[in-house]
Amino acid sequence: MLNRQGRPSSGGSPEKTAAETVSGHRGLDHEERLIFEIGRPEVSGVDLPDIDLPANRLGGLERKAPIGLSGLSEPETVRHYVRLSQRNASIDASFYPLGSCTMKHNPRLGEKLARLSGFADIHPMQRQKTVQGAFMLIAELAHWLKELTGMPAVAMTPKAGAHGELCGILAIRSAMQARGENRDCILVPESAHGTNPATAALCGYRVETIKATDDGHVDLAGLKAALNPGVAGLMLTNPNTSGLFERDMIAIAAAVHGAGAYFYCDGANFNALMGRVKPGDLGIDAMHINLHKTFSTPHGGGGPGAGPVVFSQRLARFAPLPLFVHDANGFRLVEDVMEARRGGAEPLGRMCAFHGQMGMFVRALAYMLSLGADGLRQAAEDAVLSANYILAALKDVMSAPYEGPCMHEALFDDAFLKDTGITTLDVAKRLIDEGFHPMTIYFPLTVHGAMLIEPTETESKATLDQFIAVMRALAMEAKNGKAAGFKQAPILAPRRRLDETAAARKPVLRWKPAQPESA
Amino acid sequence: MRYLPLTDADRRAMLAKIGAKSIDDLFADVPEAARDGHFALPRHAGEMEVERRLSELARLNIAAGDSAFFCGAGAYRHHIPASVDHLVQRSEFLTSYTPYQPEIAQGTLQVLFEFQTQVASLTAMEVANASMYDGSTAAAEAVLMAHRITGRNRAVLSGSLHPHYAETIRTMAGLAGEIVSAPVRLGEAEDLAPLLDEDTSCVVVQNPDVFGFLRDLKSIAEAAHAQGALLVAVVTEAVSLGLVEPPGAMGADIVAGEGQSLGNALNFGGPYVGLFATREKYLRQMPGRLAGQTVDVEGRRGFVLTLSAREQHIRREKATSNICTNSGLCALAFSIHLALLGELGLRRLARINHARAVQLAERLTAIKGVDLATPAFFNEFTVKLPKPAIEVADALANRNIIAGVRASRLYPHEPGLTHHLIVAATETNNAGEIEAYARELEKVLAC
Repeated sequence: MLNRQGRPSSGGSPEKTAAETVSGHRGLDHEERLIFEIGRPEVSGVDLPDIDLPANRLGGLERKAPIGLSGLSEPETVRHYVRLSQRNASIDASFYPLGSCTMKHNPRLGEKLARLSGFADIHPMQRQKTVQGAFMLIAELAHWLKELTGMPAVAMTPKAGAHGELCGILAIRSAMQARGENRDCILVPESAHGTNPATAALCGYRVETIKATDDGHVDLAGLKAALNPGVAGLMLTNPNTSGLFERDMIAIAAAVHGAGAYFYCDGANFNALMGRVKPGDLGIDAMHINLHKTFSTPHGGGGPGAGPVVFSQRLARFAPLPLFVHDANGFRLVEDVMEARRGGAEPLGRMCAFHGQMGMFVRALAYMLSLGADGLRQAAEDAVLSANYILAALKDVMSAPYEGPCMHEALFDDAFLKDTGITTLDVAKRLIDEGFHPMTIYFPLTVHGAMLIEPTETESKATLDQFIAVMRALAMEAKNGKAAGFKQAPILAPRRRLDETAAARKPVLRWKPAQPESA
Repeated sequence: MRYLPLTDADRRAMLAKIGAKSIDDLFADVPEAARDGHFALPRHAGEMEVERRLSELARLNIAAGDSAFFCGAGAYRHHIPASVDHLVQRSEFLTSYTPYQPEIAQGTLQVLFEFQTQVASLTAMEVANASMYDGSTAAAEAVLMAHRITGRNRAVLSGSLHPHYAETIRTMAGLAGEIVSAPVRLGEAEDLAPLLDEDTSCVVVQNPDVFGFLRDLKSIAEAAHAQGALLVAVVTEAVSLGLVEPPGAMGADIVAGEGQSLGNALNFGGPYVGLFATREKYLRQMPGRLAGQTVDVEGRRGFVLTLSAREQHIRREKATSNICTNSGLCALAFSIHLALLGELGLRRLARINHARAVQLAERLTAIKGVDLATPAFFNEFTVKLPKPAIEVADALANRNIIAGVRASRLYPHEPGLTHHLIVAATETNNAGEIEAYARELEKVLAC
């Protein structure tokens, strides 16, 4: 049983470190109950007339039982969500070097423009003559994506990175079908994001893992040995998840194509390359672009994202519906597969209802136009520079598995923690007390106790220096055997370490009204 | 450049620390052929210039609010309280990511826990996940989940499932098995039972369907269960659940829904938020993220992402889904709007929607030659017009009435649907708009 402060009312003697208060609040850190505990069924924060329905047309399907929702007035609602928001770390408030996620500053210009009624208040099935401006915006963004990647075609509709991967692998599948070939295997390096093998499996492929070399690159000889007439494609992240540029890209592409397979590039790390390197020059066939990483649309606590996929000429005609076409009458959509086929396309299908993440498109284009080709290049260079600066400043006290230079992420392992009893997780939790969001931990899986640090280009040198000073101090503390501060951490967060085992063993996934206690 | 804090002096000092002569040294692994791409793109621009350019594009569109607007078919225009959009723009919600570090993500995690509870209540199901990309991808994930649960791989789709949803299911789940679509039966509960067999994993039925027609799902649920198959119910208008019997009360095993109607603008089709709910016994086959309740070392209630052993970052090719990023901020908007409405507000809102649609349907069908094709409906219905819908809709658009979605845009190969128009009315349509629609339609049909 929990009382109002969310503390156990009986049982156990938990470790106590934080100050006790009567209210349960701790200064500006407020405890906040669930909306179902605060709200009442008879309260609403929206004033609507209570109308009668004398003769409904519901066909006898009226909902009679209570729904079980609670209502809050507007002041209660605002306080609830403001208090909850204050229990979140965010890129706006602190350094957030979460490797692989590209947590960079999100310009507010995009928020403003995405809310213009001409973008936010248009319906996806509105007559196409009335939304020509929306099509022009999508066409302009498509042009930027094609030009930045050096690829001739792009599918705009995938809704996030993994959805883009799915689109890319389905295109490969369609291309193989068109060739009359039934290949059953996708090669994935062991350092790949988990979404890569999951996507390949979703498309019915067997996943074969390619080892890395000792210096963190794809083993070209191993790859060549694995290529055979059963391989449909290779999924490779570049820069890879160890933070390194795959320097054999052109040879890899040649080997993959030589075996009659296609080359899918995971574009999650495109932030290191934009405006400087065109992936199309490296011989890839498809690549998704995470607009929420590289082009700085906000991550929103886990989405929404957007994952357009660029295609080579070899795969372009398999792009999904709808197709965006431009003719004498302006822009229009091809939504029908027969019409698409008459135009020479062989769409792989449809990735989702409607035409993609318009709200994200507006933000991404605003970002691109703001930085321009020169600014995007500078941003990529600053991202790479900042990661290398961290690598250089920490590698004597931490342990870097691979020699630099790195791209936009600096990777460390846990060798420097050997015999200290302190783990990578402990370091991450300790960073929370120091006011930083931890780096990505235990990924990539190829490195023991991995810590993947992605500073991005939007941090000042002062912030990087402060982070470096903290990490150096923590590394020294660890080496000097002061484990307690790591093991107890975090002690300054809204919650201390949470029992994830209990959460998984007996899942409580929704609030339920308290049962009346039996006498 | 306004988004880049490093100065040239900083860059020089950092290069010196690294021991590199120039930035080019750091790109030395890039093959020569790709080292220095040329880009035919403009240079950087100030806020004012960017705003001017994109505002020009926005002005080329006719916003729903600038006309009398009656489009639905999977995306609905509702009033969004001002506090919703203010709260979702809180930095701590807007600029955080997936709550991998729960101690400093309790805000997002508690929101997701509340969202899951709301979705489960709304659909009358036992558990819900923390959101999917949208309704259509949620429906595809539901089919894949049904395959996993039943060990079968044949899915039967109702003919009046939104065609975009059917196509998305074919694309995302088509490789995992056979997809059978029933013929379109406008305005009636088609008998899907004869299409089910012992290889069928699930039958997918939308309610209200794409034409707005409301149906009782109980008989198809029974037929599916008799074959050992599951019923996947699709709901594209979440507000309907404030007035209409929920899928969970009619025997659904999985509910896949579109949550855009609450808290989220039309946005030309995205971003939206997929709702996903099921029975507790199927929990471990559910895709997507889940927030769960637990305690911290001091015994205080807290929330974490849980059951991640289903997910791609742990299970890789054996995961239940490849999904990673979902639709967190749209789920937040949905949850705030629903918290504001509460039981009382949602029921009132739903009644107003139904009343507006009934009023509009009565006015339109009073016109000679206009017939109602969907006898039972919530806030959307289909009418058969005496002229091709494309001509009528065009003529009405010239009179500033966006009359609805042509059925033939969604079903281009159904010759019987060329005269049908799918019309939605919500609380945003007032009596004057409804009157104007009827008056102008009468004039258009008279010419």
